[in-house]
Amino acid sequence: MSNIPAELRYATTHEWVRSEGDGTFTVGISEHAQELLGDMVFVELPDVGATVSAGDDIAVAESVKAASDVYAPICGEIVAVNEDLEDSPELVNSDPFGDGWLFRIKADDVEEVEGLLDAEGYASSIEEE
Amino acid sequence: MVDFHGWEMPINYGSQIEEHHAVRRAAGMFDVSHMTIVDVTGEQAQDYLRHLLANDVAKLQERGKALYSGMLNEAGGVVDDLIVYHFEKTNYRLVVNSATRQKDMDWLIAETKGFTVTITERPEFAMIAVQGPQAKEKAATLFSAAQNEAVAGMKPFFGVQAEDLFIATTGYTGEAGYEIMVPNEQAADFWQKLIDAGVAPCGLGARDTLRLEAGMNLYGQDMDETISPLAANMGWTITWEPTDRDFVGRQALETQKAAGTEKLVGLVLTEKGVLRHGQRVKVDGGEGVITSGTFSPTLGYSVAMARVPNSVGDTAQVEMRKKWVTVNVVKPSFVRNGKSVL
Repeated sequence: MSNIPAELRYATTHEWVRSEGDGTFTVGISEHAQELLGDMVFVELPDVGATVSAGDDIAVAESVKAASDVYAPICGEIVAVNEDLEDSPELVNSDPFGDGWLFRIKADDVEEVEGLLDAEGYASSIEEE
Repeated sequence: MVDFHGWEMPINYGSQIEEHHAVRRAAGMFDVSHMTIVDVTGEQAQDYLRHLLANDVAKLQERGKALYSGMLNEAGGVVDDLIVYHFEKTNYRLVVNSATRQKDMDWLIAETKGFTVTITERPEFAMIAVQGPQAKEKAATLFSAAQNEAVAGMKPFFGVQAEDLFIATTGYTGEAGYEIMVPNEQAADFWQKLIDAGVAPCGLGARDTLRLEAGMNLYGQDMDETISPLAANMGWTITWEPTDRDFVGRQALETQKAAGTEKLVGLVLTEKGVLRHGQRVKVDGGEGVITSGTFSPTLGYSVAMARVPNSVGDTAQVEMRKKWVTVNVVKPSFVRNGKSVL
């Protein structure tokens, strides 16, 4: 069973979301997702300043096995991307909830995050797969 | 773990890329016990193999020398690719693929018609491939004095039976090393001793990226019964002389050669993205397909093998995630002995 930090929110498509307390939210992919994908070789990130809607495919995590879309879990504006992934995509494997983060969104509506899964909900969603 | 043609095998033991680097930089090993070992013995063993294979075992003069060959059907398609070791004109050993085991055994036996020859499968052996620049010295620490003496100075593509082990300087990675046949009951212990000697266990994932970097074909992907060896970069494995050697598929091959075939080329993508099996390829004069594609851990970008019309130029277009991307066309070989050959 992979690690699912209790303080994060999750999308069924395996993104995690962390509130930074200032209306911005950091997004990455879960430990479970990186395990499924295997060693990451490229990560394509959205442009800073881009406006995104929940469910848009805005990034690509490409591993030795497959290219996988990453979806915006909430609506808002991209305010930062993890530029370290350009040279070190393996951070997504080694530290998916930390240094392997993908991008940060300034939420149009901070309440939207409440609609995402909590850790328990995400755990049961991956058990059903 | 995945079901690999009835064998439960690991894709990786942790990180596929680290396993790949272990083989390129130090030493890694693969449990390849799924490979099928078949002995061909008898008065007409050589005649039989000269009939069966597109390459000519008569070229094998030295004891233990090995040869890579396609085994073709009458239509000139590839039934399987294999390695044959020569001991004597009456005694050879084949190593064929596991995915095609039953088909191969049926084929080998059917083709014995008219030859005094015996076909014996050897399931009592496991096989461990130890590969990489430090593979030989690490494996040597497990060998007895007699075994070390038997392999001393052994050139690439030879095999020798030394006490309980059959030790061959062959492999599927583009690195130096051994493929070692070991009696089943000793295999787990042998594996553990190799781990203790510092050899990294590697799974199917690294095996695929290593062989693809080395430009080695994978049966079922880069060629099969419907594909001519001429369209699979196996032209060099066909021995046309002497012209009166009537091996299976010869007539069809001569027709294919005269008419011209597609060819297998290498593709290189230096920007982001990974070329993958099945992607469409547009080249000068037509369209082809990627037969094998991967991210190359040694090069840091993606490479592939593609079967394309013979009119192909220096670049091609590959359809990746609904976009057409330009790639360079090269010979289908990318890395040898740890170094780029591009």
